[in-house]
Amino acid sequence: MTAEITYLEAIREALFEEMERDANVFMLGEDIGAYGGAFKVTDGLMAKFGEQRVIDSPISEIGIVGAAAGAAHMGMRPVVEMQFIDFIANAYDMLTNYVATARYRAFLPCPMVVRGPSGGYVRGGPFHSQNPEAGFIHTPGLKVVYPSTAEDAKGLMKSAIRDDDCVLFFEHKYLYRRIKGVMPEGDVTVPIGVARVAREGKDVSIITYAATVYKALEAAELLATEHGISVEVIDLRTLAPLDDEAIEKTVRKTNRVLVLHEDTRTGGIAGEITARINETCFEWLDAPVLRVTAHDVPLPYAPPLEDFVLPQVSDVVRAVRRLAAY
Amino acid sequence: MAAAGHPSGLSRERQLELYYWMRLTRTLEERLVALYRQTKVVGGLFRSLGQEADAVGSAFALERRDILSPLIRNLGSMLVKGATPVEILKQYMAKADSPTRGRELNIHFGDTERGFIGQISPLGDMVPVMAGVTLSFRMRGEDRVGLVYVGDGATSTGAFHEGINFAAVQRCPLVVVVENNGYAYSTPTSKQTLAKQFIDKAIGYGIPGERADGNDVIASYEVTRRAVDRARAGGGVSLVELVTYRRKGHAEHDNQSYVPDGEIERWEKDNDPITRYIDRLQGELKFKVADVEQVDARVRAEVDAATDEAERSGPPEALDALVGIYADPPREQPLWYRQDVASAVDAHERPEGWGTWQEGGRK
Repeated sequence: MTAEITYLEAIREALFEEMERDANVFMLGEDIGAYGGAFKVTDGLMAKFGEQRVIDSPISEIGIVGAAAGAAHMGMRPVVEMQFIDFIANAYDMLTNYVATARYRAFLPCPMVVRGPSGGYVRGGPFHSQNPEAGFIHTPGLKVVYPSTAEDAKGLMKSAIRDDDCVLFFEHKYLYRRIKGVMPEGDVTVPIGVARVAREGKDVSIITYAATVYKALEAAELLATEHGISVEVIDLRTLAPLDDEAIEKTVRKTNRVLVLHEDTRTGGIAGEITARINETCFEWLDAPVLRVTAHDVPLPYAPPLEDFVLPQVSDVVRAVRRLAAY
Repeated sequence: MAAAGHPSGLSRERQLELYYWMRLTRTLEERLVALYRQTKVVGGLFRSLGQEADAVGSAFALERRDILSPLIRNLGSMLVKGATPVEILKQYMAKADSPTRGRELNIHFGDTERGFIGQISPLGDMVPVMAGVTLSFRMRGEDRVGLVYVGDGATSTGAFHEGINFAAVQRCPLVVVVENNGYAYSTPTSKQTLAKQFIDKAIGYGIPGERADGNDVIASYEVTRRAVDRARAGGGVSLVELVTYRRKGHAEHDNQSYVPDGEIERWEKDNDPITRYIDRLQGELKFKVADVEQVDARVRAEVDAATDEAERSGPPEALDALVGIYADPPREQPLWYRQDVASAVDAHERPEGWGTWQEGGRK
């Protein structure tokens, strides 16, 4: 059997394999080449594929995202690293005004990936911990994926690179070296837009993604053993487009839904999911859809503060028990 | 590189003060390294080893009423502006009574009263901010000047370009200091710009640019002082390039695998700014060995006392996370599942550090 590799190594494997498979795939980013990236995701890529295909860029997020779009128009398949996903804010204009609209307004394809380490629970403070997915989910024309397992990280990265539109690929840095998996043999992709059942259950559903999948699974175990509540955990994996079918299926199965995410509450994707359930599954609900999210606070540095702002297992347990009691 | 001029403008007291600030910077950072290894520093640790002269010398050119915005290697500038060792230590250790009350990390803090505004991580952003700070000085007719630091890397950002250009057009009393330390994280200057020197960029903005040896504290002072004087006299924006060298990695975890062999050692041996200044103090400036040693002893005592004080402080209360997002309301309410919860976790996990380097080599 093949050995387990980390979530981070799984992403690296996907990058290697896609660069080997398609000469149009190339990397752009700050410190990704000689240094191998701030988290070493791209370690070894420059040694194998050379400076032409693994480009160490100046500190210019607007520049590299825009250049990726231009190269993508010409048939290349660029993969751009944001050193921390927090810095994608610099390229917000390029992504939302230029890239997201290119196909629709100008028939210009943008087959490109913008990827980067995301998320908190790592004492990174306000600029190395963000989850900025909601702003991009709100922008028509962009796809957004955010895997939680090593297998999905690899399979979705392959799909993202092969997709004919721009895919924002969020990687959770808390999971980088904590989560491991055994990769399937051969060239296996995971489709964009398809959720996964991370745990089967019958009483309450938790719809979540990324690092909070593990908060949900931990809570589910506690709830099963200590409270006799059977929890189903849905790992969305893709946030745009949302897998409505998977969401509806679990709602019809358990009739009680908690949406859990690490992003802040107001304007977070939980609101969108709740609205969709309300529109399509109202008669299937036995309780209002509840949310467990971060507080609406810039993410602070000190451990007691960060842990207070972010969702924790005990919050999930509390919310699920409230749902089960309806 | 401009030769160091004669420090005729500085009193003997001020000459020795320059040494004090540089020594304080280095000793304080050495203390932080010890605390980092004891895992008392919560996040990453950023050194300015070998860059103390440019930070201290340039900040020394400002008056008390002036405002500067530091970057990550400008601990020395902040100390000159009145930041205290105990504040720095508490900030790194995420204490409740740290300057940002545990909200922000390392030297990301400011105090407009003392004349420094805290940076954020996205580089270059402080250039337009300081354009606005100095625009307000000009609009109100205040005799004040601003100074903003960027690294070689930050000059590649859109914010740098827009900010310096706007400030130039508005003739803001602003000095933009490019600390050219050779590397932005792992990226050498040759991959950051094709310009032979960063002051070449000044031409494009229609502003004066001047370059100096950033490891010569008096040269750093003098070149910045000329730009500050020009700004104060209504001459608008200047670009100052201080050439120095980053002897440590981007942060403590960085093993500097990308640096050519011998380069760091060469700078340490031949061009340490503190060693150079000690030689000058004891040579040309005729200070006694004892004068220098007295400063060293004073710095050690101050850093020891600050460490004791910082260690006595506790972590912030969890609920304080909800304070201060807006002026009104001053406090957010906890979400419903936290209404009667003091802390949602039993223990605060200490995750593995940022990077991938540990003693003994790459993982």
